[in-house]
Amino acid sequence: MSNTTQLLRFITAGSVDDGKSTLIGRLLFDAKSIFEDQYSAISLTSRKRGMESVDLSLLTDGLQAEREQGITIDVAYRYFATPRRKFIIGDTPGHEQYTRNMVTAASTANLIIILVDARRGVLVQTRRHTYLASLVGIPHIVLAVNKMDLVEYSESRYREICAEYLAFASQLGLHDVKCIPLSALSGDMLVDRGENLLWYQGPTLMEWLENVEIGHDLNTRDFRYPVQWICRPQTGTHHDFRGYMGRIASGEVSVGDPITVLPSGRTSHVLEISTYDGKLDVAHAPQSVAIRLTDEIDISRGDMLVKADNLPGVSTEFCAMLCWLSETPLDRNRKYLVKHTTRTVKCLFKSIDYRIDVNTLERHAGPAVNMNDIVHAVIRVQQPLAYDSYRKNRACGSFIVIDETTNDTVAAGMMD
Amino acid sequence: MKSFGHLDALESESIHIMREVAAACRNPALLFSGGKDSIVMLRLAEKAFRPCKFPFPLVHIDTGHNFPEVIETRDRLAASLGERLIVRSLEDSIRRGSIVIRNPDLPRNPYQSVTLLETIAEFGFDACLGGARRDEEKARAKERIFSFRDEFGQWDPKNQRPELWDIYNTRVHQGENIRVFPISNWTELDIWQYIEREKLHIPSIYYAHQRKVIRRGNAVIPVSNLVKPKSGETIEVLSVRFRTVGDMTCTAPVESDAISIGQIIEETAMARITERGATRMDDQTSEASMELRKKEGYF
Repeated sequence: MSNTTQLLRFITAGSVDDGKSTLIGRLLFDAKSIFEDQYSAISLTSRKRGMESVDLSLLTDGLQAEREQGITIDVAYRYFATPRRKFIIGDTPGHEQYTRNMVTAASTANLIIILVDARRGVLVQTRRHTYLASLVGIPHIVLAVNKMDLVEYSESRYREICAEYLAFASQLGLHDVKCIPLSALSGDMLVDRGENLLWYQGPTLMEWLENVEIGHDLNTRDFRYPVQWICRPQTGTHHDFRGYMGRIASGEVSVGDPITVLPSGRTSHVLEISTYDGKLDVAHAPQSVAIRLTDEIDISRGDMLVKADNLPGVSTEFCAMLCWLSETPLDRNRKYLVKHTTRTVKCLFKSIDYRIDVNTLERHAGPAVNMNDIVHAVIRVQQPLAYDSYRKNRACGSFIVIDETTNDTVAAGMMD
Repeated sequence: MKSFGHLDALESESIHIMREVAAACRNPALLFSGGKDSIVMLRLAEKAFRPCKFPFPLVHIDTGHNFPEVIETRDRLAASLGERLIVRSLEDSIRRGSIVIRNPDLPRNPYQSVTLLETIAEFGFDACLGGARRDEEKARAKERIFSFRDEFGQWDPKNQRPELWDIYNTRVHQGENIRVFPISNWTELDIWQYIEREKLHIPSIYYAHQRKVIRRGNAVIPVSNLVKPKSGETIEVLSVRFRTVGDMTCTAPVESDAISIGQIIEETAMARITERGATRMDDQTSEASMELRKKEGYF
């Protein structure tokens, strides 16, 4: 694996019955990312449970606390690498907390594998997973039609499921969908093609994970630079150095570019882009850099540098889709905090327009907002935020809501 | 646009996390042991903050069971970076009576949490940056990057804040503190590749060397002033290297001839046993031992 191997983050969606754990176990096993000590631990457990072969789904088995109490902790991260890519799997258990967990894991994913059981086809939960994937804007979708062994590897059954799914996905505006028939249990079309799906000419799941184009998943057009930290060493050779440090959220920037600072609206030019490894002429998302400007202007953490000819919206009021994560329902009489990029401001929920039923996608009225609810809200903030619509720019259209009293993260928001 | 590889992506993420801590926490510290992961952490801190000084001191909790090569690296690195190093040792806690040990030669990792919590209280740290990785162990796989501890330093796996996008909730109540793990998403292989790319100096015991060892069960245990052969055991001299460098009494080396980072990377890519499985005897006591230690405040 070379240093220029790309990083791909993906999640899987599906219930235990769809073979999700077996699929992850099999991917890790076939990619040779299972270590001997892990393998011998699950072999032992499989034998204890009276199974004849090693149950790969045990690899994603949980903590002692989970096993004892029969609960499942939201997201576990797993890692494997092939010569082409390094992978991070956000593994979420499927159960009643599903919306909250999936939204959390999906927020950093490039790709989602949605599993369906070939015998059962597209179910209500398949639609729910797909809706959530579209809400959170996961760029790439794989529909894994699993358990093909249980439908005699029928091509017509596979085509029927794909057609139904693609019709639904296009209604949601999802176009990057790849359908793959497979059997996680026998391993057909995961890493190896196997002998049973000879009619299928497309890539295996692993080939797709290794090759799907992710270079454009980040917004490359709109330069947005939330200032994180200001470096003023005030010593020796760096006496006049005032560097605005941060990570480029989207787009790219060059030395000499005209810059507007938001929300103040003051303007300047890029004097220097520097990193520990030297100065750069051009920098792009998601690099972490330090930027110096030609003018001394008042800039602090939470301000955003953008290009003068490409401004985001700046407002104290905005609309957003909200996923409520907390067990405590929204209390509209209270003030909360919004953290958006590096800026944290007080907020009020002005109105809740509707709630989405994630199973039917129907909109319902009613102001109550409980855990796992997806609602559309109008939010007022105490100081202006510089933001983009989430559809256009995930990095500058997302925020979290924090309860000031408990300090808990109570909601995830995606701006219109 | 120059190609942006997985190490660049991981590095940028880690820098971003460190800067969030610097900006949002009142009084952070960086836990530094002189081991390979914390050496990577120091390079990331340089990348995050130079030409400024680090906005936090380095803190080492010394068990008194460390390899001398690691302590030497710790002191030299802190001095060459010109950063403040705070060392607090288990011996102090033992003298104070807050740690009572039955046998001074047994592994001391279980007690590290006590001295760490005392140090946090002494300096009033509200955030501790640590070099733990999620691929190390399954309890870590479920831990957040920003992990909250109550006033007893305890981790509650069922009560973690959801962590979305790269927007971290850094707020803590008085008396609570955060452990922050900027290299959560790195694997052992990533660490070695980064050490090679950045040409980082690591303690010599990470490279293959001749060492006196004794075999106990499947493990190879280094002979030291703390570990002597029991009757019936014989001392062998083997070519070994360490994959982790913790408590001398429970950190086992692996047999190896790798004398360069390139060779270590090759062996790591081929390794068939997990890093902790191969080298940390204290994690093997029970299937859930790391989980239990974390709940007690171990970072």
